[in-house]
Amino acid sequence: MAGKILLEVVTPEKQLLSQEVDEVIAPGSEGEFGVLPGHCHFLSTLKIGELRYRIGEQSNSMAILWGFAEVTPTKVTIMAEVAEKAEDISIERATEKVAEAERRLQAGGLPSEVKEAQISLEKARLRKKIAERAKKPGTH
Amino acid sequence: MPSLQSLRRKIAAFKNTQKITKAMKMVAAAKLKRSQDRILSARPYAHKMREVLSNLSRRVNRSSHPLLQKREVKKIEVLVVTSDRGLCGGFNGNIVRKSSEFVRQCEARGVHVNLSLIGRKGRDYFKRRSWPIRQEWTGIFDKLSFEHAIDIGGDLTENFVKGTFDELYVVYNEFKSAIQQRVIVEKLFPIDAQTEFGATQAEGQASGSYLYEPDEAGLLNALLPKHFQVQAYRILLESAAAEHGARMAAMDGATRNAGQLIKKVTLYYNKTRQAAITKELMDIVGGAEALK
Repeated sequence: MAGKILLEVVTPEKQLLSQEVDEVIAPGSEGEFGVLPGHCHFLSTLKIGELRYRIGEQSNSMAILWGFAEVTPTKVTIMAEVAEKAEDISIERATEKVAEAERRLQAGGLPSEVKEAQISLEKARLRKKIAERAKKPGTH
Repeated sequence: MPSLQSLRRKIAAFKNTQKITKAMKMVAAAKLKRSQDRILSARPYAHKMREVLSNLSRRVNRSSHPLLQKREVKKIEVLVVTSDRGLCGGFNGNIVRKSSEFVRQCEARGVHVNLSLIGRKGRDYFKRRSWPIRQEWTGIFDKLSFEHAIDIGGDLTENFVKGTFDELYVVYNEFKSAIQQRVIVEKLFPIDAQTEFGATQAEGQASGSYLYEPDEAGLLNALLPKHFQVQAYRILLESAAAEHGARMAAMDGATRNAGQLIKKVTLYYNKTRQAAITKELMDIVGGAEALK
């Protein structure tokens, strides 16, 4: 193996992850990008999306809500506003949130409120998707 | 010789004081635990941010973003972070001393210095001595949140861009451990390329080109304001944790001192009481002797 990359995920609340992994796929603001060991220096903003990383044959994922990623040949640093590991998300709560956001979106209101509702819907859907996938291993 | 009654009163007073300091120590310990958790978990993010930024600042053209500019230093601002409350030992005294010293050094070099103050204690001190104060934030430590950091960070970035100051230094207490604080003078504006992270520096220099997504300007626009908010947040948390640590230590000392005083006065009280009894006895014995 051509070595591993150190994946570090930090949020303002805590350091979520610091682990040697084989591959990282991150939600860049201009599209998803994958990182393998030896990637060139790269700096990107992140949007709401799913961060996937692979250790050997095992895939893991977590929800990322905005942030930055710095990539060097040996290290990926993800600075996210909010990040949640798939196994930490509860499906019930996520489903609830989706419903709530949809309701708010339907209710309408000021443009800023609608925008906010759209964003929270996107967030909630993402959480739900990731959480559901984590419950059913092997469907990656 | 003080009367027995006044000694008794004194002992009672010391005991009351001791009760208060003990309670304050407990409160500080509980708060310390919480703020310690917060700073310890916020630190990695802030440090990473600074690492990335200083890596970046070495690579990009400084004139490409207003927040990266390095100007000739004519006006300096010093952000002094103190606490809102006292009774925390040398916590505020150290900060005030260090910042006065620092300001004097800068003024000796012929640059104009303004102060920005966080915390009531520092505000009171510098206001009374009519130092030039540009901005102040007080009463934020009770309910510290990221909103405050956004507020402060926003104000600072805005004024740096406007040219209110060319350099900004922060003087604050860093939380080292529950019983140890360190006064830090840190340069926040403009961002410096050299950091304490020796390894990343070497790593950064070795590499050539960097890819950006979106483009450099877009990235800097997103990253820089955020950076200063995060740093402001970290500094606030450091100071809050350090404050509770300092107060806990100070109150622990006060409780112990009160205990010692109580012991001493109680001993004196008992001696005096015994002396009085002995004297009375001797009087009685003397009186009985005289009657014979």
